[in-house]
Amino acid sequence: MSYPPTGSAAPPAPAAAPGPDAAAPEPSAPPPPSGERAVWTEALRRLRAAMLTEPGRLRFIGAVLAALVVLFGAMTAWQVADRSAAADDVLGSSQPLSRDAADIYRSLADADTTAAGGFLAGDRESAASRRRYKEDISTAARLLVRASANSRGSQTARDRIERLNDGLPRYTGLVETARMYNRQGLPVGGAYLQYANNQMRTQLLPAARQLYDAETARLDADYEDARAWPWVALAAGVLATGALGWAQRRNYRRTNRVFNQGLLIATTASVGVLLWMAGGHAIARAGLDDSIEHGAKSLRVLNEARIATLQARGDENLTLVARGGKVTADQRDFYEVEYAAGMKTLAGDGEGAEDRAGGKLAEALALADDAEGREPVQEALANVREWRARHTEARAENDQGDYEGALAKVIGKDRPTKESFDKVDAALKQALKHEQTEFHDAARGGRHALDGLAVGAAVLVVLAAAGAVLGIGRRLSEYR
Amino acid sequence: MSMRARMADLGSALAPVAAGMGVMAAAAAVLVPVLSSGPAVPHDPPLPSPPRAASAAPAAAGCTEANAAESLRPSSADGDAVKRIKKAGRLVVGVDQNSYRWGYRDPDNPRNLIGFDIDLAKAIAKDILGPDPDIVYRAIPTNQRIDAVKQRKVDMVVRTMTINCERKEDVAFSTAYFKAGQQVLAPKRSSIDAFDDSLRGKKICTAKGSTGEQELDGESHGATVMTVPNQLDCLVRLQLGEADAVVTDSALAAGQAAQDPAVELKGEPFSTDLYGVAMNKEDEDLVRRVNKVLEDYRAGGADSPWTTAYDKWLKADLPGVSGPPAPQYSD
Repeated sequence: MSYPPTGSAAPPAPAAAPGPDAAAPEPSAPPPPSGERAVWTEALRRLRAAMLTEPGRLRFIGAVLAALVVLFGAMTAWQVADRSAAADDVLGSSQPLSRDAADIYRSLADADTTAAGGFLAGDRESAASRRRYKEDISTAARLLVRASANSRGSQTARDRIERLNDGLPRYTGLVETARMYNRQGLPVGGAYLQYANNQMRTQLLPAARQLYDAETARLDADYEDARAWPWVALAAGVLATGALGWAQRRNYRRTNRVFNQGLLIATTASVGVLLWMAGGHAIARAGLDDSIEHGAKSLRVLNEARIATLQARGDENLTLVARGGKVTADQRDFYEVEYAAGMKTLAGDGEGAEDRAGGKLAEALALADDAEGREPVQEALANVREWRARHTEARAENDQGDYEGALAKVIGKDRPTKESFDKVDAALKQALKHEQTEFHDAARGGRHALDGLAVGAAVLVVLAAAGAVLGIGRRLSEYR
Repeated sequence: MSMRARMADLGSALAPVAAGMGVMAAAAAVLVPVLSSGPAVPHDPPLPSPPRAASAAPAAAGCTEANAAESLRPSSADGDAVKRIKKAGRLVVGVDQNSYRWGYRDPDNPRNLIGFDIDLAKAIAKDILGPDPDIVYRAIPTNQRIDAVKQRKVDMVVRTMTINCERKEDVAFSTAYFKAGQQVLAPKRSSIDAFDDSLRGKKICTAKGSTGEQELDGESHGATVMTVPNQLDCLVRLQLGEADAVVTDSALAAGQAAQDPAVELKGEPFSTDLYGVAMNKEDEDLVRRVNKVLEDYRAGGADSPWTTAYDKWLKADLPGVSGPPAPQYSD
């Protein structure tokens, strides 16, 4: 309820005593200290008296119209600003955090895989492999600091970050010990590496996964907030426009004049805001939906595929580190079983056409909406098949007891499985990059649809309120 | 299984092979006395059966803990299996490459396998193939040892393999070449001094499914037991302070002690494990040949090849072994 716009915007009606106005009772000094009740009764009596005359009624209508329009403006500004902020969060905060969490997850899995590969190579480990491990660990540590600074009070996220911060130095300590023993040629090095891998597998990766899930849940929540229709503002808009229409119709009936310029301006401005808001939001929603369908969903599946790739590779390496020393309950090589499970997650049982092969890659292929998105996934799929075929060969050599032969087929120079793995990883990296761009473009497009809406609505609404008051004021002046 | 049923099995397995009745007669002549623990067979006629008659050679009947280590009398005659190896010109041996001091990669030259088991494998190869024999080492995981022998992926497994009745159902063993036993390993400064009440309240690590775990199930001396996939994982737990002591085979414990000068074997072994060379059950001539090599390997007291290998690989961490276990024969 605000009276001032009416007063200040209606200079032609200064003669009207402020007394009969609807919104007047509060500020008028209450001479009888007997209580507010008497003041209210008095105000109501005067209002009722005023409503008996046309100028009184007009003043009341003008005040109500102005109030409705201003309410509409306020609701619009509030709800649109809310959605813009949520869309900003999607783009600038929760998606990057979710991406960071995915990167933490991936870096950890990559570090573990690289450590196992380097261990197998022993003193022939390349500088590139050592660097990769080092970079993985520092990436994970750096992103953990960032995630911890940004995790807006989510208990789960904070808890997992803490767990990761605890576990990471312990893990690297085990890997370094494994390396040291390995350089001395002592078999206990392999036991250390397997213990490190066990820590990674049972502590760090699950925590990273949960952090990723928590950040992704927040991304989903921000999406929901940004996509929700501004119902309150829309309803206020319909109400304000309806009231303006009614006032014009009343005016037409009483005066036979079709147009009242002020009211016309007010109506146009209100309808403008209403359409702008509905349209802008619809576009924003479409953009956001698009970014979910063609970005966020693909990103999630691709991230999962990439982790599965890394873990399968780590397990493949570990079959050669453990040399059958760790078995499942039914006496099968633990790491071989895990490798097979990882490959299954990645590409199903590997049979049939590309889209029917199953697994994360088939899912990613179904989600990819353009050739640029599909190609790297198809390439990954082809290389997974090659990888599997080569692995079977390597495995056969290992089962034959030809360790050197198996080692050469896994990390050697001539068509090793490492080559296939590197290709799969690179293809998935490229696919992720593409989907990240798709996501960003779509979400930003959606976000831009809301640009200027809050400010524009405020300006237009002031215009509409002024129009309403002017229009009514013009009618009022006819009574003077 | 009755004798008659065994003969029937043998007959049915051999019948499709176009070897004729003569083969069957010869097989029966060899098998029957062996199985009935009758008078010693002249070591000459080796089993002439074709390599596929796997089901025809049961030998584990009547196996008890007391006689499990009994094997066939030594002989240096060339039978089918030995001839086959000679023809191939190389001996394929299943070994471990992760057992420190027994079978592992030479830190100075990772392509070479070295250790007590490897030295024994070399002696066997030299006896069959002559000087500078061609040996193919196949690194066999623990759980693959029996399959590797049964499916003839290897000629023999020399890999700290304990002789027991269960395994004798599937493979044939040489005479025992090493006597080990479950033993406690702990840091030198630890208050634990043997497999006794000094373990009370301590945390003991042992490999899952190992003999050590069985022993601890029976008597844990008030300690808490932690199991890990592999005995070597216990050394990691010990070094990280997650366990106070390890219970494992003395031979393997010696390998652990060799990798960490801060730990040592405590007290005496409290059980007996005898290691043997595992071979295919059909390769009877090979079993006899390996037993012959082992006779030579043990002979000579302090100068024997056995003692030389022990001094080289094991003595430092597994002191106090006076010599090889005496061979036991079933025929």
